[in-house]
Amino acid sequence: MRLTQGTFSFLPDLTDDQIRAQVQYALDKGWAVSVEYTDDPHPRNTYWEMYGMPMFDLKDAAGVMAEVAACRKTFPNHYVKVNAFDSTRGFETMQMSFIVHRPPNEKGFALVRAETAGRNIRYTTRAYATERAEGERYGS
Amino acid sequence: MGGMQEGGEIRDAKDRYKAGVMKYAQMGYWDGEYEPKETDVLALFRITPQEGVDPIEAAAAVAGESSTATWTVVWTDRLTAADAYRAKAYRVDPVPGSPGQYFAYIAYDLDLFEEGSIANLTASIIGNVFGFKPLKALRLEDMRIPVAYVKTFQGPPTGIVVERERLDKFGRPLLGATTKPKLGLSGKNYGRVVYEALKGGLDFTKDDENINSQPFMHWRDRFLFCMEAVNRAQAATGEVKGHYLNVTAATMEDMYERAEFAKELGSNIIMIDLIIGYTAIQSISKWSRRNDMILHLHRAGHSTYTRQKSHGVSFRVISKWMRLAGVDHIHAGTIVGKLEGDPNSVQGFYNVLREPHNPVDLQRGIFFDQHWAGLRKVMPVASGGIHAGQMHQLLTYLGDDVVLQFGGGTIGHPMGIHAGATANRVALEAMVLARNEGRDIWNEGPQILANAAKSCTPLRAALDTWKDVTFDYASTDTPDFVPTPTAA
Repeated sequence: MRLTQGTFSFLPDLTDDQIRAQVQYALDKGWAVSVEYTDDPHPRNTYWEMYGMPMFDLKDAAGVMAEVAACRKTFPNHYVKVNAFDSTRGFETMQMSFIVHRPPNEKGFALVRAETAGRNIRYTTRAYATERAEGERYGS
Repeated sequence: MGGMQEGGEIRDAKDRYKAGVMKYAQMGYWDGEYEPKETDVLALFRITPQEGVDPIEAAAAVAGESSTATWTVVWTDRLTAADAYRAKAYRVDPVPGSPGQYFAYIAYDLDLFEEGSIANLTASIIGNVFGFKPLKALRLEDMRIPVAYVKTFQGPPTGIVVERERLDKFGRPLLGATTKPKLGLSGKNYGRVVYEALKGGLDFTKDDENINSQPFMHWRDRFLFCMEAVNRAQAATGEVKGHYLNVTAATMEDMYERAEFAKELGSNIIMIDLIIGYTAIQSISKWSRRNDMILHLHRAGHSTYTRQKSHGVSFRVISKWMRLAGVDHIHAGTIVGKLEGDPNSVQGFYNVLREPHNPVDLQRGIFFDQHWAGLRKVMPVASGGIHAGQMHQLLTYLGDDVVLQFGGGTIGHPMGIHAGATANRVALEAMVLARNEGRDIWNEGPQILANAAKSCTPLRAALDTWKDVTFDYASTDTPDFVPTPTAA
């Protein structure tokens, strides 16, 4: 399966040039860009691990690209995403968030159904990968 | 027209309160010198007086009939601070290019209104006055809600920012589709459409406005099958998905029962129709805030009073009322689709719903400066006759904070619903990517789509199927002011 979280997951994986252009767009808007990674891609896993702090006051996308490269190298079997935070009053949230690295084998999710009263079902989405311990979930 | 003397307010109390009938202007409902207070509710009406009725007297009559007046003098006025309670028409301008029509500006004291009640606000502003005989027609064009009054409303239960954080979707418009055919599918078949569309790439699917609980599909069946579909699609994609479960029903008790069931099943969003009325909307909005539910509003019925320019209520006013009443989504026009929508007017509605502050913008029909005082923002929904081939136009006109709903444009895809959804999502992501790269998407849009279609057969098929579909008819609800080109 292909995890389709993030702004550009339905396009072919972005090249580094394409990533750089998106990061530059965010920096030009005055947004702070950050890199995060995880091996628990559950759709409601809000808190991926931060690969450093958001990069405030950065002007050149090269700084972010170096962080992306380092994160990929450290975590080749994790998901890595790039976020852009807008501190403008009334937003104060992310304005972009897109995946820039995926584990080689995306295992996907099981849907667990617990039958309850009547025809009601309680649903649980469980990542196959999270049956193993953190750090041992994707790749060899 | 501020210089009117004869027939102006009679200030001598004995003359003013003599039994009988007198002009509204004489009763004190016109004051050309009045400076609106920061806390006044302001309204702009388009008035079309009957032959021979003076526009100022007509404006005063509207002020009177929408506040304290009756048709004759009553001595009981003298037991009150009547001057403060009288609404005041303070400005009357001819409408540019529309002989016989006038814009009347009216100010209302804040104490005329109950806190946090759209029902009370509208009972005055659009109450008796719309049937008043001396006017041929009357339209409420815009309102300024003072910050002091804004702060008495809860506003959207979720709002754009929190909705995006809950859904974990940033940087692009959201995608939706209305299940079709709108009537007749069984619950099981209905859920199939939901599953295919969500798995194919949409964020949301939607009940239509008139899907409630009919013989072919009772509401519980629909809810159960839809939630199976939503959860299956969520597991298949790893993405948060939702289906707007329409809880519109005959009574509030029924609506609460349906909303509670939606919550019990884990739905993140419910839906209502505008025709349930302002009080019901505010009630379900409070329920939604208490229950972490996104609230979608379908504007069913609005065209009966918003579409014609001479009489009714402009949709920009409905947009303001709905932001106050508290909905998270509202259908607000597509510009390019099958339903009424002049580009400037629709952008005016979007600005009212999404901006923290609306400056005066006559070209987009915004007559008043409006501060929203931190009230949450409503996500506009563009729905009706739109397709993937228009993505560059939709993104340019409507921006990122919008739900683009392709019903026919998903379900009518020649390769199936799943393919239709994928085509829309790929077209959208390709367009956002190109825009952020600095491309001129307005002019290069078709080329950008064609390139994206090289690696996406469903998009190619969508572009081929709907390439010539446009709905290019003149709009009826257009702004009255056009920008005057200035000499360079």
